[in-house]
Amino acid sequence: MARTLFDKLWSQHEVLTLGGSVSLIAIDRIFLHERTGSVALKSLRQAARPVVDPSRVFCTMDHIVDTLPGRGDDTRMPGGKAFIVETREAATEAGIRVFDVRDPQQGIVHVISPELGIVLPGATVVCPDSHTCTQGAMGALAWGIGSTEAEHALATGTLRVNRPKTMRVRFEGPLAPGVTAKDLTLALISRHGSVGGNGYAVEFAGSAVRSLEIEARLTLCNMATEFSAFTGMIAPDDKTFEYLRGRRYAPQGELFERAVAQWRELVTDEGARFDREITIDVGELAPMITWGTSPQHAVPVTGAVPTLEQSGTPREAYERALTYMGLEPGTRLDQLAIDAAFIGSCTNSRISDLRRAAKILEGRKVAPNVRAICVPGSMTVKRQAEAEGLDQVFRDAGFEWRESGCSMCFFAGGESFGTRERVVSSTNRNFESRQGPETRTHIASPETVAASAIAGRLADVREIAAAA
Amino acid sequence: MEKFDRLTAVAAPLLRDNIDTDAIIPSREMKSVSKTGLAAGLFAGWRYTTIGGRDPDPQFVLNKPAYAGARIILGGSNFGCGSSREHAVWALHEYGVRAVIAPTFSPIFFGNCIRNGIVPVRLPAETIAAIAAWVEQDPARHQVTVDLEAQTVAAGGALQRFELDDEPRAMLLEGLDAIDLTLKQRPAIEAFRNRDQAARPWIYL
Repeated sequence: MARTLFDKLWSQHEVLTLGGSVSLIAIDRIFLHERTGSVALKSLRQAARPVVDPSRVFCTMDHIVDTLPGRGDDTRMPGGKAFIVETREAATEAGIRVFDVRDPQQGIVHVISPELGIVLPGATVVCPDSHTCTQGAMGALAWGIGSTEAEHALATGTLRVNRPKTMRVRFEGPLAPGVTAKDLTLALISRHGSVGGNGYAVEFAGSAVRSLEIEARLTLCNMATEFSAFTGMIAPDDKTFEYLRGRRYAPQGELFERAVAQWRELVTDEGARFDREITIDVGELAPMITWGTSPQHAVPVTGAVPTLEQSGTPREAYERALTYMGLEPGTRLDQLAIDAAFIGSCTNSRISDLRRAAKILEGRKVAPNVRAICVPGSMTVKRQAEAEGLDQVFRDAGFEWRESGCSMCFFAGGESFGTRERVVSSTNRNFESRQGPETRTHIASPETVAASAIAGRLADVREIAAAA
Repeated sequence: MEKFDRLTAVAAPLLRDNIDTDAIIPSREMKSVSKTGLAAGLFAGWRYTTIGGRDPDPQFVLNKPAYAGARIILGGSNFGCGSSREHAVWALHEYGVRAVIAPTFSPIFFGNCIRNGIVPVRLPAETIAAIAAWVEQDPARHQVTVDLEAQTVAAGGALQRFELDDEPRAMLLEGLDAIDLTLKQRPAIEAFRNRDQAARPWIYL
């Protein structure tokens, strides 16, 4: 019978069925970080339960750690240092590999996992972090869990999982200039709602997805959680295999070739049935930006703040979002002055993101009164960017250039943007107070952030590109 | 984990869609590596008049005297979206909440509820709106009953059935520890591992 990619991943890891739609699923890779992994490790230790297979568990410091130059364990976050120290101690004691504060390969979990070849096609990967779905871009079944579930995975090598339904989202056609994976995901969520993927494992497919490079695919899958999906995934192909070849934890030599032969089977068979299918013609898409307090509140950057009817949002939520964001219906988004610009996060902080942003910034200056920050997703990305001279482009333009970590996507390092400041951000969540108390976040692609930082207002990256 | 069978309690309506875990407990309120000490940070951004302060905002539903002792939350769709932080569920639990009724839940939040003895009840938005309207007439007296055994919610003379899979339902009813339960399957897990190691040696580092 024709099977979907998800069906194959599921059945390959199914140890037992546990009744109803719940199965015991074998877990191949566990990633932890100091915010939620610390609690899981501490709790396991208190219960005297050992980690069954520490060689397949990894840990990074990204959620609390400072991103300021010269950082150590100290952080402005109240109580933050204890998370770092306790995570290090517990992980080391359990025999888990830690990408510590000063490790040259430290970085955001969903950036370093592919970078180091920890996530592989056909693997199950879990992490107590909602954006674990990012890693599904490698052809893995990767999903976010809570800390208690992380304890379960660490202690048993398995999870009890309720089988999700399947959805395929096909992005078809050529991408217009200035339109990126970030815009695809914002377009999907704005059309089908922040709850549109609830209950589904979503496979992203179609000609536009095939044309995306691996880093862009990671961006696309990253926001499956903002779609309320169980996870997102993309069938692996030659781009995936070439990306992984020679990476530190990927199989090497003859074993790699054997793995690739198996990984080639990880595609949805012709005629396989999904519970739901969505097709989006990407030819008509423009760069997107959010106006409200949910990722579904996204419109083309050339658009205006929608009216209640256009917004597709219940009145109370609509009015609350407008008040919070300090907006009036009908205002053009590209007329809104900004206070800050942020490039970073597990969504858009990889080398290709920084290259595209740097292209916009080259020879230009950030507008006066705009605070601009770039936080590379990993120390490897940072070194690569510095080798290419991108750090100088960012600095010359007026951006701060940071060490890697989650940073001001939220409260990492104890830093946030100011009250009612308007921030354009390459991150994934524009929730109330996510980036700071009452901070007004507009999420967009890194190039849109760069273009806006220069203009001092939300800006269409295509204007700047055209003016060059 | 404590068992859940049936609960009759004050229910607090918070009928906004997309209530995220940052709103349920902001990052700044998670101050130590602990599953406890979190109740004071519950809904901190909405519950208090200042950031980091503790002066209650009288407009927020849980601060209204009529909702004192609320153990059920009536929520909007996509409840618990955003960060996977289980602190959101621990904070709710420590505050006293044992059931959340919403049209849809974020999948991670839903799983976290099951593992911590909170019943996530899915009902249609219109049904929840009707329950909230009845509750608001007299919150202290118009209490809501969640019966997990019968899989029903009783409010204002109306009885609504809700769906929950057998496995999570049994976990909640019996207060089971998932790890203990799974460790009983050790022979099956080891057999799987031996087969899998031969088929996919690169997975085993």
